[in-house]
Amino acid sequence: MRHIISILIENEAGALSRVSGLFSARGYNIESLTVAPTEDPTLSRMTLVTRGTDEIIEQITKQLNKLLDVVKLIDLAEASHVERELMLVKVRTCKETREEIQRLAGIFRGKIIDVSSNSYVIEMTGPSDKLDAFIATLDEKNIIETVRSGPTGLSRGEKGLHL
Amino acid sequence: MELSGGQIVVQCLKDEGVEYLFGYPGGAVLHLYDAIFHQDDVKHILVRHEQAATHAADAYARATGKPGVVLVTSGPGATNAVTGIATAYLDSIPMVVISGQVPTAVIGSDAFQEVDMVGITRPCVKHNFLVKDVNDIAETMKKAFYVATTGRPGPVVVDIPKDITDPNVIIPYIYPKSVNMRSYSPATKGHPRQIKKAVELILAAQRPVIYSGGGVVLGEGSEELRELTRSLNFPITQTLMGLGAYPATDKQFIGMLGMHGTYEANLAMHESDVILAIGVRFDDRVTGKLAEFCPHSTIIHIDIDPASISKTVKVDVPIVGEVKLVLQQMLEEIKEQNKNASKKALEAWWTRIESWRSINCLEFDRDSEQIKPQAVVEMVYEVTKGNAYVTSDVGQHQMYAAQFYHFDKPRRWINSGGLGTMGFGLPAAIGVKLAHPDEEVVCITGEASIQMCIQELATALQYDTPVKIINLNNRYMGMVRQWQEFNYESRYSQSYMDTLPDFVKLAEAYGHVGMRVDKPEDVMPALEKAFAMKDRTVFIDIITDRTENVYPMIEAGKGHQEMTLRVAPGTPINRELA
Repeated sequence: MRHIISILIENEAGALSRVSGLFSARGYNIESLTVAPTEDPTLSRMTLVTRGTDEIIEQITKQLNKLLDVVKLIDLAEASHVERELMLVKVRTCKETREEIQRLAGIFRGKIIDVSSNSYVIEMTGPSDKLDAFIATLDEKNIIETVRSGPTGLSRGEKGLHL
Repeated sequence: MELSGGQIVVQCLKDEGVEYLFGYPGGAVLHLYDAIFHQDDVKHILVRHEQAATHAADAYARATGKPGVVLVTSGPGATNAVTGIATAYLDSIPMVVISGQVPTAVIGSDAFQEVDMVGITRPCVKHNFLVKDVNDIAETMKKAFYVATTGRPGPVVVDIPKDITDPNVIIPYIYPKSVNMRSYSPATKGHPRQIKKAVELILAAQRPVIYSGGGVVLGEGSEELRELTRSLNFPITQTLMGLGAYPATDKQFIGMLGMHGTYEANLAMHESDVILAIGVRFDDRVTGKLAEFCPHSTIIHIDIDPASISKTVKVDVPIVGEVKLVLQQMLEEIKEQNKNASKKALEAWWTRIESWRSINCLEFDRDSEQIKPQAVVEMVYEVTKGNAYVTSDVGQHQMYAAQFYHFDKPRRWINSGGLGTMGFGLPAAIGVKLAHPDEEVVCITGEASIQMCIQELATALQYDTPVKIINLNNRYMGMVRQWQEFNYESRYSQSYMDTLPDFVKLAEAYGHVGMRVDKPEDVMPALEKAFAMKDRTVFIDIITDRTENVYPMIEAGKGHQEMTLRVAPGTPINRELA
């Protein structure tokens, strides 16, 4: 099953490599990983998407908790949560396709943030499957490049992950 | 007090009460070595290879419970230490390793003797630090000792660039009294509800087994373990790392379990209905085939490390806490519940265990015209009256030592169980002898293992650490040869060395006493003579039966019930199981 593990980690050199090293050393898979400092500059927040049986996820969370740089973590998938991913897509355009691509982006609530004579850059956020769906609607040979942040998320309700 | 970075490191060691520092100098740690030169509270032990520094410090920690401390230079000094760091990591040994690093200004430029020590050791340390400011040294050292020795112990590396120890930079020194780490709070007591559940299960058990391990030794829980086991009259088996926590000569001890465990221990595990696992980690050498491990058992697991619980074997009642405290809680809870385990069921269980015990699975050919390695260990046991500290290397001799030297006290059996590091034995013996100069220290080794750190014979002379080296010389890498005999139709690929040194001359060349024995009747007199030389290191090269195998054996991937016994070598025993 897919799990989204949200981690508060010391904002220190090497902390990220302790996490990624743990995953490679123990053979766990990382689907995506995002990390950035939080409102407290001594802490970073990491969102990590992984897959595995309940036993493997239990081991992953225990092993992560064992790292001295990991302050706190939750598995967002255990309860109701919201998640979003950011994607930028650069597409090739020509006179005939410009309007159609603009219309499609509009349907998916995407924004065109860069325009050149024969390309667009479209910005889109949403659950990962929505971004997948948008990509599927585009003609593959028109996609110049895509970049995705990987999902990030929060639990629903007033509770939060903090010290 | 105003000190330089180098002096601060040494002062921190003094403030931690460090007695011995095992190390080897080099460019990046010269400032530090100069600070060492100006004092004699912390005694430096100069080894001949950095790997030996880590093993000696590690064994010092195993024998005393205090952290072992190592100092090495950058680059090759640091990488040479890695094997020893990993050895300590796999066996959860408290150790602080200080490594020199190139000056901060050139880090990352592939400078002379530069390696990314923090990166290299990351997977085999409990934690590591790179000190980037002289003002951080004291706090980092405090943290290093705190992390290494609390919770599940382990090695901690402190990597210090050369400029940080500059003698010209002087700052005020205060050693912090405590540390505050928001992300690190080791468990203490077990959860009362879990304790209650565990005790209920134990008292209702029909065929219980206590399976205890290295955690009991590390957590100083030996006394409580004895009290609990005796009060319950349960059979107890111990892992390779746990030997000595419960006395091996006690009748309730049914031997080591696992790959080379006893018939009675492995079958008792297989047929048990309740397992009380204490300070163990269900290692593959213990469990054999996981799918067939203790098929009828409810498993209670006490461990300080939550990640150890249900890692390989699903546990029914986990108890996270310090073994000593949890066992005390259990003893109290047993009193509280005021019930006894079923006497009748236990009697029947013991009868069954005794029937397994009666096949005497460790027996070997005592009438052989060749020297049997098992007989040698038995004789060492006799000569030392079972009181020696025994270090070993890795292989057949290690298993013979575990099977035939009956450890009655914890911390006396010093071996590399998890990583299985050949070369461990001799430097370990030196570390133990420094810790306990008045105790008998024996290194049981083989002719292949001993050559991996043989250079430490020089260290043994320099620091006058008279140990007795029992070299079980079968002219093979015995355990490799045994596996090749069983699994590769006796194709002994590269498990034999054509040119062995004359160990007697070698010992003498290093300034020690060398002896060679090749007849069974000469072993005992030689041992008596060797152990009578209290102030000399004696290397006894004993020419043993080259084809001897370690039995019983559970071959890799098989279950506890599928042991191969000596009675019919190579034939698996498939007894009817209840």
